[in-house]
Amino acid sequence: MILWEIYLLAQRTILRNVLRSSLTMLGIVIGVGAVIVMVTLGSGTTAKVTQNISKLGTDILYVRPGLGSHGPGGLRIASKQFELADAEAIQNAIAGLQAVAPTTDSNRQAIVGSANRTTWVNGVTNAYFTALGWTLADGRWFSDAEQKAGKSVCLLGQTAQKELFGSTSPIGQALRLGKVSFKVVGTLQAKGASTFGQDQDDVIIIPLRTMQRRIAGKADVRNIVIAVAPGVSTQTVTADIERLMRVRRGIKPNQYDDFNVRDMKELIDTFTSTTMVMTALLSAVAGVSLLVGGIGIMNTMMVSVTERTREIGTRLAIGAMREEVLLQFLVEAVVLATFGGILGILLGLSASVVGAGLIGVPFIFKPGTVALAFFFSGAVGVAFGYLPAKKAAQLDPIEALRYE
Amino acid sequence: MYQDLIELRNITKIYGEGHAAVHALDHIDLRIRRGEFVAMMGPSGSGKSTCLNILGCLDSPTGGSYRFDDVQVESLSLDQRAALRRNFLGFIFQGFNLLNRTSALENVELPLIYRRMPVRKRRELALKALDDVGLAGWAEHTPGELSGGQQQRVAIARALVGHPKVLLADEPTGNLDSARSKEVMEMLSGFNRRDGVTIVMVTHEPDMAAYADRQIQFRDGVIEAVP
Repeated sequence: MILWEIYLLAQRTILRNVLRSSLTMLGIVIGVGAVIVMVTLGSGTTAKVTQNISKLGTDILYVRPGLGSHGPGGLRIASKQFELADAEAIQNAIAGLQAVAPTTDSNRQAIVGSANRTTWVNGVTNAYFTALGWTLADGRWFSDAEQKAGKSVCLLGQTAQKELFGSTSPIGQALRLGKVSFKVVGTLQAKGASTFGQDQDDVIIIPLRTMQRRIAGKADVRNIVIAVAPGVSTQTVTADIERLMRVRRGIKPNQYDDFNVRDMKELIDTFTSTTMVMTALLSAVAGVSLLVGGIGIMNTMMVSVTERTREIGTRLAIGAMREEVLLQFLVEAVVLATFGGILGILLGLSASVVGAGLIGVPFIFKPGTVALAFFFSGAVGVAFGYLPAKKAAQLDPIEALRYE
Repeated sequence: MYQDLIELRNITKIYGEGHAAVHALDHIDLRIRRGEFVAMMGPSGSGKSTCLNILGCLDSPTGGSYRFDDVQVESLSLDQRAALRRNFLGFIFQGFNLLNRTSALENVELPLIYRRMPVRKRRELALKALDDVGLAGWAEHTPGELSGGQQQRVAIARALVGHPKVLLADEPTGNLDSARSKEVMEMLSGFNRRDGVTIVMVTHEPDMAAYADRQIQFRDGVIEAVP
């Protein structure tokens, strides 16, 4: 009951000086708000990444020549390129695969009339479209005959199409890559930016054989894209591929792989955990402003104790225990801090809704974080309110009563 | 039950140490009876205020014994002294010491809050106490809206609302003009005669001391004459 009286008293004291109280709370408001924004947007980003991956097809492996993460130098060390036969061997020897697509890509300048654009040219087999889930917007796929003969035909991604042809339909039109003229047979549905921010639609796709013969001039295969069948472990498949390729490339047991198999899912996990670490880090920085807010509260309470010296003396004289005076000022600090915490939570959540909209991630409400922020602001009130409250409780009533 | 409510024996109060030591009270003996109205007089620095602070359990003597009713005060802890003040003592001060921006009613309720009295009961008692000091219609006014005389009457209501055994008054008329002083003194003397409230008052004005049953003269830390 006395605690309720003390709470009411604190509330009244705080409301009596609205401007000062608001300024005192500001630090806590900003601190709590910032933590809420960081955590909410952080989990929004994580959710978006996860969502993107499932859109991309989670069970995709990329096999590439090069040392990957092993040893010094990584990809800079020239390794033997793959050939078509490697892809065929994987297809034949390893179970549980949905599609195996050897590809060779390179950056080239495409020219249409007076328009030109440096874009990504990717030579692929038809399995590539299945593996990565491309769909047609217009026109048709490559025929098997075109693949086999290495015809000069191409498919355009949305960005490449827009840049080269504007709003006119490109189907049946010609475009030039270097000295070779290609006929556009179809356009692809937009895929948007990849998880890593690359525009996947800025691409011209041609048959793999055409790439090898007419553009690259070599029979190399730079990537093998593999779609693992649903329900099959990508880790098992990765191990199988590594074993097979070590044999095919004649790598001795004590040597590192001179190729690497990248599991998209694993990559995403890494990315997600990176986001989480960043979120935690930024929240910690935001938490520092909570401490600064606490110091603000301590300062105001110190001033308040000095200003109210006579009041404290009077209370002690008419029979308040020292603990009751301590509690009065402590509760005032805690109420200030938690008021600030509540305002900060509201501010943080509104800013998160706006921010999530701006950067295009979902808004995810986390009740645990909100509760934690609330309790933490209360704890700041206790921690920083204690010293001023102690000072108030230890005043000598005789001197306090005479204080001018 | 003792006949004397208050008994000070051989009380000394020394501030500072060694050569700088000041004997604020030098072996004082004092008895105050139930229902008595005592005025403590003397120039500043004579020890009257120190004596009042010791009586009010706000200060501890350096030596000697203090019996309040059936309690030996020097054996009490700080919290027990606070409890004694809360339950048995009422204070009024020269500067009124009302809480700012707090209504007269709430000011009067204050001691009862520390007694943990339920809201309804304490409101009733506080209104009654305000009525007794002639401020029935002023309950919702804050000290800033009241005259000095009215403020001191609110303070008297606050001091008496809990029916203390003693009312301790430290220069209660020091900030008031003579008309208001008279008003306040007549009120105090009325409570003393009608309700038997024991009053110990510090003053340096003989006119005010004249209202008391007994005047105690302090000089240099000793009581000069007890008529």
